Amino acid sequence: MKPIVRIFFIGLMFFSIAGCAPSAKQDTSAIHVWHWMSDREEAFNELASLYEKETGQKIKLELFAPSEAYSQRVKASAQTGTLPDIYGVLGEKRDFASFIRSGYIANLSTALEEVSDGSTWRGTLFDKALAVNEFEPGNEFGIEPGTYGIPLDVTTIQMVYNKSLYEKAGLDPSKPPRTWEEFIGHASILKEAGIPRLVGGFGEIWMLDALASNLAMNLMGEEKVFDTYRGKIPYTDPDWVRVLTYFKQMADEKVFVEGAVTMVNKTAEQTFANERAAYAFNGSWCVNVYKGMNPSLKYEAMLPPAVTDAHPMRIWGAAGGSFVVNAKSLNRDAAIAFLKWLTSEKQQAYLAEKTENLPSNKRSMGKISPLLASFADDMELATHPNLYPVHEDPSVMETFDKGIQSILIGEKKPEEVAADVQRVKEKVEAKRRAA
Amino acid sequence: MTFQSFRKVTGSYLFIAPAVLLFATFSLYPFLKVFQLSVTDWDGISNSMHYVGLENFKDLWTDNPVFWGSMKNAFYVTFIALTIQNFLALFLALLCDREIKGGNIYRVIFYLPPVLSGIVVGLIWNWIYDGNYGLLNHLLQFIGLGDLQRAWLSDAKTALFSVAVIHMWKGFGWGFVILLAGLQSIPRELYEAAKVDGANTWVVFKNVTVPLMIPVFILVSILTILGTMQIFDIIIATTGGGPGYHTEVPITRIVATMIGSSKFGYACAMGVTFGLILLAISMIQIRVSKMMKQV
Amino acid sequence: MQINHNTPVLDTSRVDFNYERARKNAVSFFVHLFLIFVSVGCLFPLWWAFSSSLKTQETVFKDLSFFPKDPQWSNYYYAWTKADFSGYFLNSLLYTVVVVIGVVIIASMAAYAFSRLQFWGKNFLFLLLISTMMIPIPGSFIALYVLLNKLHLVDTRLGYILPQINGGLALGIFLLKTFFDDLPKEIEDSAAIDGCGRLRTYWYIALPLARPALAVLAIFNILAVWNEYLLAMLVLSSKHLMPLQRGLMVFQGAHITQYPLLMAGIVITVLPVLAVYLVLQKHIIKGITAGAVKG
Repeated sequence: MKPIVRIFFIGLMFFSIAGCAPSAKQDTSAIHVWHWMSDREEAFNELASLYEKETGQKIKLELFAPSEAYSQRVKASAQTGTLPDIYGVLGEKRDFASFIRSGYIANLSTALEEVSDGSTWRGTLFDKALAVNEFEPGNEFGIEPGTYGIPLDVTTIQMVYNKSLYEKAGLDPSKPPRTWEEFIGHASILKEAGIPRLVGGFGEIWMLDALASNLAMNLMGEEKVFDTYRGKIPYTDPDWVRVLTYFKQMADEKVFVEGAVTMVNKTAEQTFANERAAYAFNGSWCVNVYKGMNPSLKYEAMLPPAVTDAHPMRIWGAAGGSFVVNAKSLNRDAAIAFLKWLTSEKQQAYLAEKTENLPSNKRSMGKISPLLASFADDMELATHPNLYPVHEDPSVMETFDKGIQSILIGEKKPEEVAADVQRVKEKVEAKRRAA
Repeated sequence: MTFQSFRKVTGSYLFIAPAVLLFATFSLYPFLKVFQLSVTDWDGISNSMHYVGLENFKDLWTDNPVFWGSMKNAFYVTFIALTIQNFLALFLALLCDREIKGGNIYRVIFYLPPVLSGIVVGLIWNWIYDGNYGLLNHLLQFIGLGDLQRAWLSDAKTALFSVAVIHMWKGFGWGFVILLAGLQSIPRELYEAAKVDGANTWVVFKNVTVPLMIPVFILVSILTILGTMQIFDIIIATTGGGPGYHTEVPITRIVATMIGSSKFGYACAMGVTFGLILLAISMIQIRVSKMMKQV
Repeated sequence: MQINHNTPVLDTSRVDFNYERARKNAVSFFVHLFLIFVSVGCLFPLWWAFSSSLKTQETVFKDLSFFPKDPQWSNYYYAWTKADFSGYFLNSLLYTVVVVIGVVIIASMAAYAFSRLQFWGKNFLFLLLISTMMIPIPGSFIALYVLLNKLHLVDTRLGYILPQINGGLALGIFLLKTFFDDLPKEIEDSAAIDGCGRLRTYWYIALPLARPALAVLAIFNILAVWNEYLLAMLVLSSKHLMPLQRGLMVFQGAHITQYPLLMAGIVITVLPVLAVYLVLQKHIIKGITAGAVKG
């Protein structure tokens, strides 16, 4: 090696070692925040420096993305007691409960009752958004009742339809289908006009789960669904088979866009934005996505078509993301104060405007675009697995959702899938009884 | 033991000391931890866990058809990669080993696919395979094979093979580079000598190239097996394991169990089982290679 | 493409038609045709990424032209500043250089020992070291983090570098051992007679001979380190320590991906790898002629 090169490398080595002095111990002068929301990084940074200007309190934001990497980091840090003052927990309610049980998350119930501006903190936020972070008395996880997280925004998941394509097919663009029959009817008219119909990120199986549970709750009512989760009603029940049969019907009528079964949602969004599908099943974040890809897209939100009127149609809707406070944080009160500030009317309006998400603060709702607001007006119909009193085992869910995929590709019949799901359910139940 | 031989032995260990030290710190400890967790019911979060003995393994080995199905899928892709991909890599390496105009350019180009991250690969192949607007369907239409058109990634018959094609496209450059380096290490004099003896290209290949390349072939095939069995990114970027379980592979199952179902202990049992299978395959490979070398 | 231009096609203007020469030309024509075909397959996604980087979010999936009519060169400016690449660039350069040198030196020492020296426990240790490649444990990240925390290496450069060196060792040792096994031992023997110690023999004789393999190993590792981000997210928190890939995350929101900027960012990050690859691939070729033959 040439001497120059050698010196260069030695220098590099030295530099790398020198950079290794153990980094300063968690300085308590700043509030440390970890998040995964890369699309909001800029807005968060902006708000953090504003907060420092207003109060003198320093905020240190750290982004870990994508969300899988973030989850890993949080789980790993939990094991070493190095969680920051404020962070978020991704995943199901079960995971959330586990974090709380291990003492990583503070109960914020008392703080939420504090009154300022003539209202409690709780009173300013959407109940549905708060509810995902709540544990009711007597909850199945044995967690002390209370609210453990502060919602940053609200998301609902429903359907959208393309008005121009409706017009093109000779359908009334102001009348989206309300019932299942109408939906299938419109779909066949669209089909004749050569317009592809429904798209969605159904490769991400939770989206199939959402659509299926919308239909199930509409068909048999919430309680029967929960009783199935409790193991009191089998998945081979005619109602469940009927839910699966709706998917069979959609497959037979070729309602789904080709390939939607394994599509990731971002591809599905491209498809709808470029007017290659008349309907999409998507979350309220889509307003922002479609705006970027096709500003002239004419579309509107609609509820998934109702299969009966015996029970209300329930859609998924809840907090999009929430922050929790580290129970062991030395900055607990300061952290809570920051969250309060962050979810106050002004900051929420700023975030809603900057990132086009539905704000979690009711008072900020007036400042959002009408299209986005149309996603919010069905909030009273919203529910979410994290709000359910009981939770289905993930392996049962997966068998159910994968089963729907099999139906959609014409591989299995609804009855077969129902039997498959029930078999897994019984195995899980047997295990639970044994434990 | 004389001082000389003592020095010689310790000297040998000095050569491997840094590697062993790093390995002991950063691999052994996590390995052991995973073994330890595989006999617990830990959820990956909680600060408490229970010892469950071989419960996880018992369930995995006797009552988890989905996992073994995913293993079958991985074997299928591996088989395709071992044959088609490696054959292509070897063929290209042989072509580029010759004195060929623009050889340098080809060598660089063939190793380009791996430089692109999973997201680009996913985007572009999703588009190629798309059922309505896909490039592949357009192409088939163009050459008059319109009947074959389909949504390639969500058709049970084609999904796994389509994924395998992406994997091969991304991976043949690896094999190509190693094989080319191997070919380049063969002293040119051997070829000259064979040519002087009047051997034709095929005979030279069979009698000079292949015997000298056997260790490299073994290397490439083991790397192909290990790399392909652990396929993951491409699946996530394209099919997510669907439709149904048609493109599930062991790593997607492990991740789904660990993150999706929060059964960390069980996922570790899956990891250990999968690792042992790969270890067994590699051992057999190495055995076979030793036998072949002696022949 | 220039290669096409240089391809000798049947030259009919010559009167003295030479059969042997024509055959050679025909073969060469088809060889190039095939190589170009494969090259197009490899280049296409890269070109797609490049042309996408010049479109707008609106046109990126609508306008499928080969080159956009109205190229948005400003995307590169925005990508560079928004991703804050200038800050991350030096970090990635440092990590890549240190890890690659670390892997090449440590792996080649170990591989040399495994190939040339005799010591107790050799086979066992070799298998143990390369088993790192076989036990893929997505679950080991927690153990690794706990360990780094104990060593006070969380959020330090060293904590990011050492596991990556360890990660590259298995492949490196395996690859290099295969090549050392193949190298003629005579040269080293004569060096030993000349009084070279084993360390000197390794450094001055064996390493230069293994240059093609070293180049291959370097290429693999450069790519791996340059594209790494999961470990960075696990080990590092401070922005000023983060590698390049962290910059690209800015464009990939949970819901919104800014495709043109992301593509511009990807092109920016890929270019240095291409440059290095261009330099290194020459060594794959040069290795043996510069080393063994001239002695």
